[in-house]
Amino acid sequence: MSVTVRIPTPLRKITNGADKVSVSGSSISEVLEELEKEFSGFQARIYDENKQLRSFVNIYINGEDIRFLDGLDSNTKSGDEVSIVPAVAGGN
Amino acid sequence: MSYIKNLTCKQCFNNYPIEPINVCELCFGPLEVTYDYEKISKSVTRNLISSGPLNIWRYHPFLPVSIDNIIDIGTGFTPLIHAKNLGELLGLKNLYIKNDSVNPSYSFKDRPVAITTAKALEFDFKVLACVSTGNLMGSVAAHAAKAKMKSYVFFPAGLEKGKIIGASIYGPTLISVDGNYDDVNRLCSELADNLKWAFVNVNMRPYYAEGSKTLGFEVAEQLGWKAPDHCVVPAASGELHTKIWKGLVEMKDVGLIEKVKTSMHLAQPEGCSPIVKAFINEESQVTPVKPDTIAKSLAIGNPASGPFALQTLKETSGHAVAAPEKEISECIQLLAETEGIFTETAGGVVISSLRKLVKNKKINPDDVTVAFITGNGLKTQEVVEDSVEYNNIKPTYKSFEEIIKFDTI
Repeated sequence: MSVTVRIPTPLRKITNGADKVSVSGSSISEVLEELEKEFSGFQARIYDENKQLRSFVNIYINGEDIRFLDGLDSNTKSGDEVSIVPAVAGGN
Repeated sequence: MSYIKNLTCKQCFNNYPIEPINVCELCFGPLEVTYDYEKISKSVTRNLISSGPLNIWRYHPFLPVSIDNIIDIGTGFTPLIHAKNLGELLGLKNLYIKNDSVNPSYSFKDRPVAITTAKALEFDFKVLACVSTGNLMGSVAAHAAKAKMKSYVFFPAGLEKGKIIGASIYGPTLISVDGNYDDVNRLCSELADNLKWAFVNVNMRPYYAEGSKTLGFEVAEQLGWKAPDHCVVPAASGELHTKIWKGLVEMKDVGLIEKVKTSMHLAQPEGCSPIVKAFINEESQVTPVKPDTIAKSLAIGNPASGPFALQTLKETSGHAVAAPEKEISECIQLLAETEGIFTETAGGVVISSLRKLVKNKKINPDDVTVAFITGNGLKTQEVVEDSVEYNNIKPTYKSFEEIIKFDTI
């Protein structure tokens, strides 16, 4: 029972270089709790002081932005792929 | 001589060295190039710029690349046209069109891409890549060809044919992705983490973004070293809007122009207007949307520079306007029929928004107003092809007279 989390470059120093980590958790916030247990300081990088996602952090479950789901409460199930991606501008 | 200092996080102001990185490790904020403005103001004069080449490289001191590596296919110093006919129709005496649809690959994207290609060579990259809503991929492929680099361009499926052909001709590897721009953007952000490629609008983004400042520089120089009263700028990610403003402010900061009191207005299509919605609701963050618009070059539902565009709007007393979808083609036609300029959908969005700003009295008749036309109509012919009408006659005088009545000429 685990989800795979893709780790972006800015967070790989915390994950000892790992670009993919498998953790358990039935929601995004639980997944992030698990990541914190394994890699101390993980949450401080992506949460602001009010424990909200920082404005330039986007999280996706199987490619869908969690802001179109239930945010941090979005459900995760075994086999899901979670991506943490910095907001990047493009276009005009 | 380069005046570049370092990269700085736009959110927490942490500094980073000049490397192909775009995200702050501490807060995930975007990184931006900073310069030694004191040095620039001591050595750069109006005369020095005026005597430079008639392209973006005349503003080299404000750009983050070494002059030795520049790749030039003739980008920049595009016409600033006094739009008397359209102005008369709208009730504006000093309306100007910045026609950036006549760059080498027919959009303003040549500006950021020229800078990025030069920087990619400095970093010794062999491959240029991008995520594109259409215009960018043509520009990346063209510059890669000139720089003898390989290119890979990613775009959302269902893009206009003219944009796909307009890129493929330069020989890139084209990758159509099932999804919208935001899906492609996410994929490429993840790819850029693991590939040693210069993704122009991902890992090279801080340098890329600087290119759009040159639109601000040019407009001020072309107006006789004066900032306009109003700019009307199309927005997808919101980056262009903030960078034109940055260009105007930099010119004032180093003393090239006296003052900047420009209102920076922002235009989005109604079917994808997350920045406009945040502006109307007086929010500082943008809630993403799923795009549904014919203006595909502006179809970014999750605009990463949205918060900065909102800041710029506030700082400059600008307004954000959504153009109704049905007005986009009509306004493409309006610009063509009044000023002889054939723009793509983003330009239709700009003209529709300009009209609304005048109607709502946000722009006064005497104000110097610049509408930014950033892409070429030949790339999005689909949206106007239904309006095409023409006569077919036999090669006889009579046949001609049957369709054209002389008293109406």
